[in-house]
Amino acid sequence: MKINGSKILIECLKKEGIKHIYGYPGGVVLNIFDHLYDEKGMELILTRHEQAAVHAADGYARASGKVGVAIVTSGPGATNTVTGIATAYMDSIPLVVFSGQVPTMLIGNDAFQEADIVGITRPCTKHNYLVKDVKDLAQTVREAFHIASTGRPGPVLIDLPKDVTTGMADFVWPKQVNIRSYNPTYHGNKWMIKQSIQMISKAKKPVIMAGGGVILSGAAKELKELAEKAKIPVTMTMMGLGGFPGTHKLSMGMLGMHGTYYANKAVQDSDLIIGIGVRFDDRVTGRTESFAPDAKVIHIDIDPTSIRKNVEVDLPVVGDVRNVLKDLLSEMKKHKEQWGAVRSSWLKQIDKWKKERPLEYRFDKKIIKPEFVVEKIYEVTKGNAIICTEVGQNQMWAAQYYHYDKPRTWLSSGGLGTMGYGFPAAIGAQMACPDETVFDIAGDGSIQMNIQELATAVINKLPVKIAILNNRFLGMVRQWQELFFNERYSHTGLDVTPDFVKLAEAYGAVGLRAATPDEVVPVLKESLKVKDKPVMMDFVVDWKSKVYPMVPAGAAIDEMIFDEEKKTPKRKLKAVK
Amino acid sequence: MKHTISVLVENKFGVLSRVSGLFSGRGFNIESLSVGETIDPAVSLMTIITTGDDRIVEQITKQLNKLIDIIKVVDFMEIDHVERELVLIKVSPRKSDKAEFLKIAEIFRGRIIDSGTQTFTVEITGDEKKIAAFIEIIKPYGIKEFVRTGKVAIAREGLKKK
Repeated sequence: MKINGSKILIECLKKEGIKHIYGYPGGVVLNIFDHLYDEKGMELILTRHEQAAVHAADGYARASGKVGVAIVTSGPGATNTVTGIATAYMDSIPLVVFSGQVPTMLIGNDAFQEADIVGITRPCTKHNYLVKDVKDLAQTVREAFHIASTGRPGPVLIDLPKDVTTGMADFVWPKQVNIRSYNPTYHGNKWMIKQSIQMISKAKKPVIMAGGGVILSGAAKELKELAEKAKIPVTMTMMGLGGFPGTHKLSMGMLGMHGTYYANKAVQDSDLIIGIGVRFDDRVTGRTESFAPDAKVIHIDIDPTSIRKNVEVDLPVVGDVRNVLKDLLSEMKKHKEQWGAVRSSWLKQIDKWKKERPLEYRFDKKIIKPEFVVEKIYEVTKGNAIICTEVGQNQMWAAQYYHYDKPRTWLSSGGLGTMGYGFPAAIGAQMACPDETVFDIAGDGSIQMNIQELATAVINKLPVKIAILNNRFLGMVRQWQELFFNERYSHTGLDVTPDFVKLAEAYGAVGLRAATPDEVVPVLKESLKVKDKPVMMDFVVDWKSKVYPMVPAGAAIDEMIFDEEKKTPKRKLKAVK
Repeated sequence: MKHTISVLVENKFGVLSRVSGLFSGRGFNIESLSVGETIDPAVSLMTIITTGDDRIVEQITKQLNKLIDIIKVVDFMEIDHVERELVLIKVSPRKSDKAEFLKIAEIFRGRIIDSGTQTFTVEITGDEKKIAAFIEIIKPYGIKEFVRTGKVAIAREGLKKK
């Protein structure tokens, strides 16, 4: 029996087990939306902006490990998704985005709401398609989900001309996908794995550098086993937070530009770096010529292009991180080394560094320090929340002062650094995990980039907690201006910001404010009581606070600057062991 | 270092722009590019000439391999192969030089494929060196127009590694 393209699309989504779709309607996708209207068991969540639809799908994907789905219309609907798609692409998040397109006979005619979205998204998708014939639709959708979710995951876009959504065809769901030109390597080379064990057993000062790949491949358990067995300290890239327990004895927290003193020291001093699911991004390596000068590098990653792109690698292992770690662990069993004995002086050295310069900030009785807010969020949630962030200082403080013990509890735009990501991502995460507490740690700048999504959260009764660290500045840029541009605050002051409490109330959400340190915990506790609507919390924080330590751009990662002002006593962070 | 890279691709629309977009987006350089169908009409072959140090060329081949529509990438640097390029050159020698010019074209096994009252068009094929030498020699005779196909390359029998 022939059915139309819109129906075929919905059948495909059912086959893929899709329950939530984020989207925004428009002229050329009317047929699809009309069919979705009757669909039971498949919910379309109307966001207030297409960019937010893609971020929400992305947040859903990161929190659940499933593929996120968004549907938008042609032209501006499609171009509005570009930032969302690029965000997912940089962080390897599996998404399938459907964009409407003008009818095939009008393509190229500069028709109303026409944009060459396949051309526009070519460099920021893992792959994309223009479906020209309804007969190819099911096959294309099947391939798109396969490509998005396998290998190194990523977003895939499917452009659907209007006549494809109305054209008739038989629905044939391909039993399997076979793309001859797409065969990711899942298993590491056996010889390379044996060599890795040799290198690990010889190393006196090894460091594991764990990245987003650990989370994407579900290898947290294996990583922990490896670190514990071989007694190797672990540092995480920002994308890797949660891949290894942040409160673990062997954890050194995050490395890089705003990494901990001890993580950066350890990396620079190490004789072996085991990069697992990382891409040695410039925010992590600092000046590459001075990165870990004495270390040999083992690099485990599923994407061969990550290897030797930024740093020299002595031993590449291409494969799925989880599979490779499993093979490593079983190979390790054959060795009888006393790993602990070999590492004891190295681990002692790291403990020394940890004591020398722990993560710390200046507590103040009168003014709220932003770090204090993050620390308290950690305490009131007992470390069990899903934390989304925007981008800038809020993101770095959230990375430093909250400790992530489980994968998929840290959702942040790492590669692209997209302001406005966190709130819609929190919406997606809350829908994926309705029983979890979901926070968006935001800045007063970033939150305004997708603040319209309050409506989406209210109507869907999502109890997302938005904690705005309100410093009346685009804080990270201001920090750079203070440190490197003679305190010339060119266009970083947000002199007019809305009254976030009233704004929340205007949307039908709960608005709360804390202006002094002793109001912080009561406000947070109050927010946790709200179960059926979003809570927007305005924390009026010290505008002068800066993110420390900091590695200036172009420096080696052990050339860190610290908060050296001596006015108020520093307060050590309790949670760091 | 100049590399000749042969890329087997699915013959679908948009593949060429995926490949060229990869080069421009990552700051790689394309010196010459030729594309044509293979015996299997569903598959096309691109021959790309690019320059870069080992690390760049390694990235180029890996990035190409990563594109979904690309079936196979071969860097001929590591393989014994033959390369050819075809060039059409329109030359207008003076009357007194015509005989000499034709002689030179013959030495290089050039074929005259068009002649008029003012010009000859010569077709010449060969590897880079031969074509460069030919162009150098006939420059004084007056080159009017000049088109080249871009290089194509094929491995010698046995695909021996150099």
